[in-house]
Amino acid sequence: MNIEELRKLREKVKREMKLREKNARIRIIVGMATSGIASGARETMNAILDEIEKRDLKDVIVTQSGEKGLHPKEPIVIVEEIDKKRRFVYGDVTPEVGRMIVIEHIVHGKPIQNYIVQIEEIKEE
Amino acid sequence: MKKRIDLLICSGSGCVSSGTERIIKKFKEELEKRGLMDEVNIVRTGCRGMCEFGPVMKIYPDDVLYVQLKEEDVPEIVEEHILKGRPVKRLMWKKTETPVDEKKHPFFSKQVRIVLSNCGEIDPESIEEYIAVGGYEALAKVLTEMSPEDVIDEILKSGLRGRGGAGFPTGLKWKFGREAKGDEKYVICNGDEGDPGAFMDRSIFEGDPHAVIEGMIIAGYAIGAHKGYVYIRAEYPLAVKRIQIAIEQARKYGLLGKNILESGFDFDIEVRQGAGAFVCGEETALIASIEGKRGQPRPKPPFPAQKGLWGKPTTINNVETLANIRHIILKGAEWFSSIGTKKSKGTKVFALTGKLNNTGLVEVPMGITLREIIYDIGGGIPKNKEFKAVQIGGPSGGCIPKEHLDTPIDYDSLTKLGAIMGSGGLIVLDEDTCMVNMAKFFLEFTVDESCGQCPPCRIGLKQMLKILDRITKGEGKLEDLDELERLGNIIKEASLCGLGQTAPNPVLTTLKYFKDEYIEHIVDKKCRAKVCMDLVEFYIDPDMCVGCTVCMRKCPTGGIIGGKGLIHIIDNDKCIKCGTCMDVCKFDAVRKISGEKVERLKEPQTIRRVLKKASKSEVKNG
Repeated sequence: MNIEELRKLREKVKREMKLREKNARIRIIVGMATSGIASGARETMNAILDEIEKRDLKDVIVTQSGEKGLHPKEPIVIVEEIDKKRRFVYGDVTPEVGRMIVIEHIVHGKPIQNYIVQIEEIKEE
Repeated sequence: MKKRIDLLICSGSGCVSSGTERIIKKFKEELEKRGLMDEVNIVRTGCRGMCEFGPVMKIYPDDVLYVQLKEEDVPEIVEEHILKGRPVKRLMWKKTETPVDEKKHPFFSKQVRIVLSNCGEIDPESIEEYIAVGGYEALAKVLTEMSPEDVIDEILKSGLRGRGGAGFPTGLKWKFGREAKGDEKYVICNGDEGDPGAFMDRSIFEGDPHAVIEGMIIAGYAIGAHKGYVYIRAEYPLAVKRIQIAIEQARKYGLLGKNILESGFDFDIEVRQGAGAFVCGEETALIASIEGKRGQPRPKPPFPAQKGLWGKPTTINNVETLANIRHIILKGAEWFSSIGTKKSKGTKVFALTGKLNNTGLVEVPMGITLREIIYDIGGGIPKNKEFKAVQIGGPSGGCIPKEHLDTPIDYDSLTKLGAIMGSGGLIVLDEDTCMVNMAKFFLEFTVDESCGQCPPCRIGLKQMLKILDRITKGEGKLEDLDELERLGNIIKEASLCGLGQTAPNPVLTTLKYFKDEYIEHIVDKKCRAKVCMDLVEFYIDPDMCVGCTVCMRKCPTGGIIGGKGLIHIIDNDKCIKCGTCMDVCKFDAVRKISGEKVERLKEPQTIRRVLKKASKSEVKNG
């Protein structure tokens, strides 16, 4: 192995270890309580993960949360813009909408108005 | 498919012994059952430092820390957290509400993790993960951009001092190594961690073995060596296994062996296992042991830098020292020397043990006070007991009492107090510790471990131990204290190696700071911590005894006289001090006493204590 190969290997494995990254710019939270799963949150989450992987987005992490109390609008997906301290709550997020959110909101910076349930501020603890 | 969750389970020796393997097995079963195996990555990591709370596990990307896991907790975590995304609060450390809170806890916030930065965060058996977090980049930089002199200069400027205990400047050691004349030179990593209660080196080997290897290769490049040895005790099987795996992986990637990273530089490493003799931590004894000889030190000079392994110039560095190197190379000497105090730079890893709420492995900046380590990071003393002293530096170190809790931790301040930095063992003692007995314990250890070559150490320590033994039996004389001090100072002066030169420290420091306890043992025949059994007796308080006869019936030697309704008396001639009477007494009438003036009955009398009979309503309400 030479130095170039070392650095190439580093980049490759780094991507695989992205989950442990602590300086994310965007955090996507998928509501995955029982009702969320029943209305297809798993498929939505997988679609989002796939889209992020495909586009090799480095500063985005995807986690999940429990009940949000928004049953009629599930699956719920929350996009937290950590740097801007803003939180977008999306409702009725099918896998296709999930992909759209990644492309339009996260890559192009244009939130998808039709699906926004509310916009909140992220408060410092 | 891409994994969406990383489960980082601690596989350091501490957590392994509290059940990591069973937990991993259970996780695999549960994930399999729910078809989640493809989404979750299970990673075994090194020590996260919270050994008290093992087995510990971190879940990413949520950054949630779970502690004290049991097999039966696993289905809940899988069902609730992994499937539904609801962290199980009852299993989280300190049951934090939000995942980030944990970092604000002083156990973490007061730490500066440089050497331990990878421990607990990467899989120590995967060179790829090490490379991903910047591993071997320092080596690449050294081999392409720096001359050996540049490397030595950088380490000198950083102010890094040996983490094995004595604190010799590492850069200077390397400079001597470079300047030494010889056709062949060696680098040795001293992993013979022998202090009771110390596990810093073990945790680095187990958690981040490649950092040690990288440090060794850089040391080899700097001094001009092509061969290195890792000396590690066979008592650390997991550490041995991990370093061996790491060496194999590094060879496979061409990071060890011929022509490293196609730079033309050759370096390879072999592991040598020691049989666990304390004296083999001394560099000349260690060298003898690697050569296959009996592990005995020899007089210096010549120093190993001139004449070491097989008579060739040899540079010996401690595990933690070597693990610091890559950080200094990557971030620069200036960054490193900005941490710590004027004469002690960087951080130090400590193994916190003894009477503390949070025991475990911590890394702190030099200059932090003992108080911060014990009360903020360590969480103070359990059960509201009173702090008495801290033993630092193991059998070669000393005790530091309460008055000096605000001493900054650095090489020179500790030496001034009579202790040493040592390799980083830190044992906290509370009011239940007898200082004389503790000094005796460490001296027993060094008497056992003395190689027997030089008389001051072999004979002198034995004599000191005999005196201490007498004192703990209540047979000491006041002159003994002067004799202990005289002997201790002679042994320090006249011993051949570091073992003998430091072995009297525990006795000398306790004599300095806790002389009143020694005097109590000698004059009042009293051990205030009630540890020295020859000075302790069991006593039944006449005002407390209710005459229930339980102790009398349970006493294995028939050493208690009494009867129903009578005050019981312990016959000290028959008593073997087993403590059974105290354990079985439901009325707290039996006490351990030492040197106390108490009322002594000649024969059993009618009881004085009248128990209130429970009223009917009390009985009904249970």
